[in-house]
Amino acid sequence: MTVTTTSIRLTEKHQFDRLQMRSVSRAYAKDTLALAELDLSLERGEFVALLGPSGCGKSTALACMAGLQPLTSGSIWRDDQRIDTLPTEKRGFGMVFQNYALFPHMSVQKNVEFGLKMRKVAKAERAARASRALELVQLSEHSSKLPAQLSGGQQQRVAIARALAIDPEIVLMDEPLSNLDASLRIELRTEIKRLYQERGLTVLYVTHDQEEALSLATRLVVLRAGRLEQTGTPEEVYTNPASAYVAGFMGYRNLFEAVCEFPRADGSVVLDLQGQKLLGSLRSDTALRPGAKVKVAIRPEDVTIDGAPGSTGLLATVEVVEYHGRELAVRTRTDGGVVIHLRTEKPVAAGERVRLSIVPERVLVFAEDEGRNNGDG
Amino acid sequence: MATASTTTRPAGTAPETTKHPLSHRLSERGIDWSLLLLLPAVLALAALFVYPFVYGVSISFEPRSGGPFQNYVDFFSDPYQFSSVLRTIQLALPVAVFSVAFAAPIAYQARRNFRGRQAITLIMMLPLTFGSILIAQGMSRAFAPFGWVNLALKALGLPAGNFIYNYWGTFIAGVITTVPFSFLMMMGFFGGIDRSLENAAATLGASRTARFWQIILPLALPGVLTAFMLALVEAFAIFPSAILVGQPDNQTHVLTIPIYQAAAQQSDYTAASAIAIVLTLIELVVLGVMTLVRALLYKGPAVGGKG
Repeated sequence: MTVTTTSIRLTEKHQFDRLQMRSVSRAYAKDTLALAELDLSLERGEFVALLGPSGCGKSTALACMAGLQPLTSGSIWRDDQRIDTLPTEKRGFGMVFQNYALFPHMSVQKNVEFGLKMRKVAKAERAARASRALELVQLSEHSSKLPAQLSGGQQQRVAIARALAIDPEIVLMDEPLSNLDASLRIELRTEIKRLYQERGLTVLYVTHDQEEALSLATRLVVLRAGRLEQTGTPEEVYTNPASAYVAGFMGYRNLFEAVCEFPRADGSVVLDLQGQKLLGSLRSDTALRPGAKVKVAIRPEDVTIDGAPGSTGLLATVEVVEYHGRELAVRTRTDGGVVIHLRTEKPVAAGERVRLSIVPERVLVFAEDEGRNNGDG
Repeated sequence: MATASTTTRPAGTAPETTKHPLSHRLSERGIDWSLLLLLPAVLALAALFVYPFVYGVSISFEPRSGGPFQNYVDFFSDPYQFSSVLRTIQLALPVAVFSVAFAAPIAYQARRNFRGRQAITLIMMLPLTFGSILIAQGMSRAFAPFGWVNLALKALGLPAGNFIYNYWGTFIAGVITTVPFSFLMMMGFFGGIDRSLENAAATLGASRTARFWQIILPLALPGVLTAFMLALVEAFAIFPSAILVGQPDNQTHVLTIPIYQAAAQQSDYTAASAIAIVLTLIELVVLGVMTLVRALLYKGPAVGGKG
């Protein structure tokens, strides 16, 4: 695939090595910070996903990077060049929008050529490069149509071709798949990954969908209330979320409070969960005192139903059973009243008494963070 | 849709032998009792517009003397009368062009929120409440030889102008009365243009000017043309300001004046009707051309995909 990597490159122009946001803040109104001193850096060739719930500042970060919103303070650097003072049109970043943002009065071909036209590329070359960009997204036969004549998925592929045609140093994507239905979303997701791999792109991708972030990115950046909460490879963030907040994003569907009965020297903690004992492992740096309130995060996949009588585990009652094909998604309630979701291949029925066991390493215990409110962002 | 329900049936089902009641069949064609709500408007329209219009057309062919076309022959053979056609176009076209050109940039800016947006919108709409008589009254003071406009020009070192009781008086009055309509109409069109289109154009390297010419204007052009047509129709019917702040016997001898003179001064309604029909035909020709032009433009929604 290295042969095609440069096929739509006009020139071997200098690409940045590192793009950096340095303590960038963006205030919407007095005291309302969308971004609070965010530090974010991207190396060339990375696929970075900005992840967080709506309102966490991820789209604002992208808009600031693109120059569509001014910074309140801080700076953005392209290697040694300060770029936050440049207007959007001078930055040369490609961008893909959630609502496609195709020019409705121009044909698909003209849409893709637009960036090249603005760069005063000669007509013949413009057409050739646009055609190649459309080939990349497999839409060559639709080049003379108007955007409205295409399906949502096709429109977003045109938008991607349009962004790639200018051969951008970085492609900014603002929830590009959010408006598509489930099957198209997965299809286009794979398409984006393929383009990234084949073309050696650098991508900054905003999403609220952990699955998208995990499957696409080489590095995740989880934002919370305009601040960086955790960054790392998808695997690092997935298996070792730094906080209950991140865990909530990483598929840890069981998030509840418990009381630390006593911490052990090896980092494991004996928890009191509404009257039942549970062994977990502490993930925060702060040492716990007996009696301290903690947050517990468990993935449904890590909970098993242990039928053997006399085995240790949480006593619970099955409440709801959903058939998911290969396995069942089950909602149980412990005798203490805590709801625990799990996935199992064992046939269980609502009303059944079960014993739940969870490997202590997969019971993540976080000290209650006091500085921030939970569920904000 | 209307035939589908009665002639095509799913394969295999026996055709129904019973006929639906009449009310059912009518409602499938969209006819039901709620249509009666249209009645007052239809009656009013018929009584106040259709009847007088048809009556006007018919009496225009019944002149006081001569053949059926005598009124038209009289109008077109009198150079002074006929010149009012040119005077009307000379006034209406520039008024409409200027009104749209003046209101467009403001409407373009008013599509987004900024401090003072409401105040500007209010000021733009204010002339709607005045009426042309009041505007003419105000103008006779403001544009008088020593009114504040000329004093301001003098203070700026510019020569004082003669802005009233001539072509320019009516022109200014015409612009003031048509701007609110142009503004309102265009604000809607500019506001309908998705902001992300401009953002997308910017990321693709389009400067502010390029974004305006390549994205905003083509998408807003149908709206701009519609505003222009509305302003034009209004300017064609200009009358009080042509008399009050114009020069009604010469520079602003627009078509409405011979109509008024024929009807009110000579009590010749047939001649007045004939001139009014000439005015209507000119308007229709101009509007027809504009509509043809507009049909060539992109008229779809000005959004870039899903909203």
